[in-house]
Amino acid sequence: MSKTREILLGPIFTNNPIALQILGVCSALAVTSSLKVTLVMCIALTVVTAFSNFFISLIRNQVPSSIRIIVQMIIIASLVIVVDQVLKAYAYEVSKQLSVFVGLIITNCIVMGRAEAFAMQNPPVPSFFDGIGNGLGYSIVLLFVATIRELTGSGSLFGFEILPLVTNGGWYYSNGLMLLPPSAFFVIGGFIWLLRNAKIDQVEAVEYKLASHTNSN
Amino acid sequence: MIEDYLSLFVKAVFVENMALAFFLGMCTFLAISKKVKTAIGLGIAVIAVLTITVPVNNLIYTYLLADGALAWAGLPEVNLSFLGLISYIGVIAAIVQIMEMLLDKYMPALYNALGVFLPLITVNCAIMGAALFMVERDYNFGESVVYGFGAGVGWALAIASLAGIREKLKYSDVPAGLRGLGITFVTVGLMSLGFMSFSGIQL
Repeated sequence: MSKTREILLGPIFTNNPIALQILGVCSALAVTSSLKVTLVMCIALTVVTAFSNFFISLIRNQVPSSIRIIVQMIIIASLVIVVDQVLKAYAYEVSKQLSVFVGLIITNCIVMGRAEAFAMQNPPVPSFFDGIGNGLGYSIVLLFVATIRELTGSGSLFGFEILPLVTNGGWYYSNGLMLLPPSAFFVIGGFIWLLRNAKIDQVEAVEYKLASHTNSN
Repeated sequence: MIEDYLSLFVKAVFVENMALAFFLGMCTFLAISKKVKTAIGLGIAVIAVLTITVPVNNLIYTYLLADGALAWAGLPEVNLSFLGLISYIGVIAAIVQIMEMLLDKYMPALYNALGVFLPLITVNCAIMGAALFMVERDYNFGESVVYGFGAGVGWALAIASLAGIREKLKYSDVPAGLRGLGITFVTVGLMSLGFMSFSGIQL
């Protein structure tokens, strides 16, 4: 039981896919300017990762290793098509805002990476939980970034006004920079900094040690 | 005609830079940008693959998948566009595989230089993203060739310059928690701010 727990919760902080494994960064940056869109994206990705891990793990002993990449691709692509069609049917507005990024879940490295690294070696049920865990690890970074960006950028969360804007007679001057794409990089950089301050063992080693200051007088 | 293509090219390279304006191909962008030499090798591979895959996907979309595209086969009511994602990724994987074999046979020097990057390109979101943008924006065949090439050049430019910055950056004294990945994110953010200055340009 504790192993399932570890598989499920490990990727959230100790082995976070974005902050530590550098997987799946693309969509993390592009879809985080409003919380609603981000939430839909997170759910879509978690579902796809979990089920692709499950199905790939089911057939892992039947697939010859020379064609495994293309088999994985086909399973993932079919799942993404299902998600895409469901979104188009039930959440058309959000799916328009996500534009190409739902399709890009196929090439999201988290899905492929977990399929290769975990699902090919483990039975279906743990693989399913590993998929959910990694999906959650991805979600937590995205939701953190989206919360900061939407709150400071437009003073609202999920479209509800939290900080009354000056334009609506309130006091908060919205920070337009936070709605622009580059701010996502700074927020993620900050998230990694925070995370590594809490978990010192994730700090990367220095490549060149600076010489200590010498007194030239 | 030429002017249209030229402006589309400049737009794809600078204004709508794949890496720095749409953040596509970020995983490889961040992971393989420690050395300028490897970054340039990867950049060239991406240019080649994009220039081939975007037009091929364009043909597949116009003649097989789009609404009413199968009219030439006597099936004017068929709309296969929901199969788009799976066909694009199939085409990309197949072309990367074919390119790998051709390079291995006819240009072994380049093949060795690119090494492991070629198969990695299949899962590079920039390639898939370019195919999807091409469909979303209804490019015709000529435009898709130019767009594919331009998007590739833009991506290669971005990764080569990031690698240049990172080569210098490793001599600097970065706070412990930010070292490595963190500072790379901040650097890319600053580069992307720089590229945003192109965004107001009307071509």
